Amino acid sequence: MKTSGTLNTTANLQDSDTVYEALINAHEGLSDKDSAKLNAKLILFLINHIGDKQVILEAIDKSNSQSA
Amino acid sequence: MSFEGIPVYKEKAYFKATKLDGAAAKHHPFVVVGSGPIGLAMALFMARKGHQVTIVTAFDFIPAGSKGICYSKEALDIFDDLGIGERIVEKGVIWNVGKVFWGDSSDPVYQFDMLPVKDQKNPGFVNIQQYYVEDYLVDALEAMENVQIRWGHKVSGIDVSENGSTLTITTRDGDYQMASDYVLACDGSKSTIRDLMGLDFEGRIFEDSFLIADVKFKQSRPSERWFWFDPPFNQGRTALLHKQPDDIWRLDFQLGWDVDRDAAIKPENMAPYIRGLLGEDIEYEEDWVSVYTFQCRRMANFVHGQVIFAGDAAHQVSPFGARGANSGLPDVQNLAWKLDLVLRGTAPKGLLASYDVERTQGADENILNSSRSTDFITPKSENSTVFRDAVLELAGEYEFARPLVNSGRLSAPTPYHHSPLSTPDRDEFAVGPKPGQVCVDAPICQNGEYGWLLDNLDDGFTLLHFGQNPPQTNLQILELSDAGLAGERYGAGTTYLVRPDKIVAARWANASENDVKQAHNRAISDAGA
Ligand SMILES: Cc1cc2nc3c(=O)[nH]c(=O)nc-3n(C[C@H](O)[C@H](O)[C@H](O)COP(=O)(O)OP(=O)(O)OC[C@H]3O[C@@H](n4cnc5c(N)ncnc54)[C@H](O)[C@@H]3O)c2cc1C
Repeated sequence: MKTSGTLNTTANLQDSDTVYEALINAHEGLSDKDSAKLNAKLILFLINHIGDKQVILEAIDKSNSQSA
Repeated sequence: MSFEGIPVYKEKAYFKATKLDGAAAKHHPFVVVGSGPIGLAMALFMARKGHQVTIVTAFDFIPAGSKGICYSKEALDIFDDLGIGERIVEKGVIWNVGKVFWGDSSDPVYQFDMLPVKDQKNPGFVNIQQYYVEDYLVDALEAMENVQIRWGHKVSGIDVSENGSTLTITTRDGDYQMASDYVLACDGSKSTIRDLMGLDFEGRIFEDSFLIADVKFKQSRPSERWFWFDPPFNQGRTALLHKQPDDIWRLDFQLGWDVDRDAAIKPENMAPYIRGLLGEDIEYEEDWVSVYTFQCRRMANFVHGQVIFAGDAAHQVSPFGARGANSGLPDVQNLAWKLDLVLRGTAPKGLLASYDVERTQGADENILNSSRSTDFITPKSENSTVFRDAVLELAGEYEFARPLVNSGRLSAPTPYHHSPLSTPDRDEFAVGPKPGQVCVDAPICQNGEYGWLLDNLDDGFTLLHFGQNPPQTNLQILELSDAGLAGERYGAGTTYLVRPDKIVAARWANASENDVKQAHNRAISDAGA
């Protein structure tokens, strides 16, 4: 497990429109509660896949608009 | 039988104040306040080191009721030092495995082993009612001539000066004063001494309550810790099952925040929970039932001049990691050897400041773990609940999610990441406990006799050497030249300086006489300087 990387904030995804669409479509017809759960599972899958504590903590920090 | 609502396990003879005679005015080098597991262990450490020990305690009995039941390997190792470890393990229920269930499935979503390193003397955990532990400690103390337990003597005042304190002691025959250089406040979470001194005890209260039912029944189940999220018999909440000696089981049901405590413990209200967990046709007897709420908090400092706090008086955690008594015991193991050296004049008074540095780190780690578990068990927001449920849903199918399931991270030794007493590593080490960590056990063979490494460490400092020709030292040496598993765990050819509390003070690949001397001096130095 790496713990020392930095978050990649440059474009890194091919065909990002398709991925974005899939993300939005996945939520279609879901209740707020089920949507929230889908998001939670997705985050859990992805943070495990990334497997780098430093990168994840940085992403959490950058996602929180209240933190400077 | 109960006293002010506290059930009594065993009555103890009130210490008649008139027996004090002129001795009341006697000046004590130290006094232990409290006869919970922590005060008793402190007293026994000091008594075994040859000191004259006086305990004052408000109770004149050993309390029963539902308190600590799970004692960690670290606690058992400490009980071994105190000579009662084997008695506890013999009476107790040994367990190593914990299982976590979700919903009505009988397959666990997660399972853990509390003794990942095998071949050690003590098991991962032993369950035993706290009153047995206290009883065994009292037996050991009562067998010693240099111990006086003043049952029924309550501290009601303290006048603190730079070099000592005068305690006011209230008994059924009136008050008296007691002067002592050091006061070891082991008087529990509601510490009178802490309150009298106006000291803080800040932290978090968790808005949840738990029904703790100790019930007696005969059923064969494995000795494992079983924890449920959202079981059919307590929907949307949690439950926990633990085996204790004497066919007593601890059942613990999460109730939520707004509950009528008196109603909750009525037999007819409890029965559905208990039968839901154990089966409709189970015959059981209630042993003790109560409703608890929990907090995580600690004092900012444990050492206040010559008044020193330990155990629940100094720190409190939620019980899901069994980190209460299990973290109070290393407090007094840490404090006792230091106080012993200070009283003998072989270490400066300032050595005691290291107790504060080391054990507040321990408390922080325990509070951190305990708070994280409580946040998983009692999510504090809707979002937090969503994540918790997502983890549980994923854990059934996907291995990666299982370690995130947090039903309590059970008590493990807390390393001292920074300590003025530790000598940082000079040499590279691939294995072995680091400075500030507790020694790992291993089977050893000494002069043809099989035993355990921890049992063979000295009550004082030990120089542990895995090879031939240890460096010159006047400390006790444990030389393991053909060390087998112990050598694998520590590294062949290495040397470790081990403190009386079995914490590594320093280690070397190639130690010189001078290295050892310097590290030893540092380990008994003025930590406040
Ligand atoms: C439901 C429950 C489950 C738990 N499970 C576990 C577990 O599994 N494992 C674990 O390690 N811990 C567990 N704990 C925590 C454990 O019980 C406590 O951490 C432990 O009792 C602390 O011991 P202590 O000696 O510091 O304090 P206490 O046991 O509270 O003892 C305090 C002592 O101080 C004395 N005293 C108080 N005021 C005065 C005064 N003014 N003058 C003189 N004497 C005084 C009292 O007489 C008493 O003897 C649990 C607790 C609860 C409630």
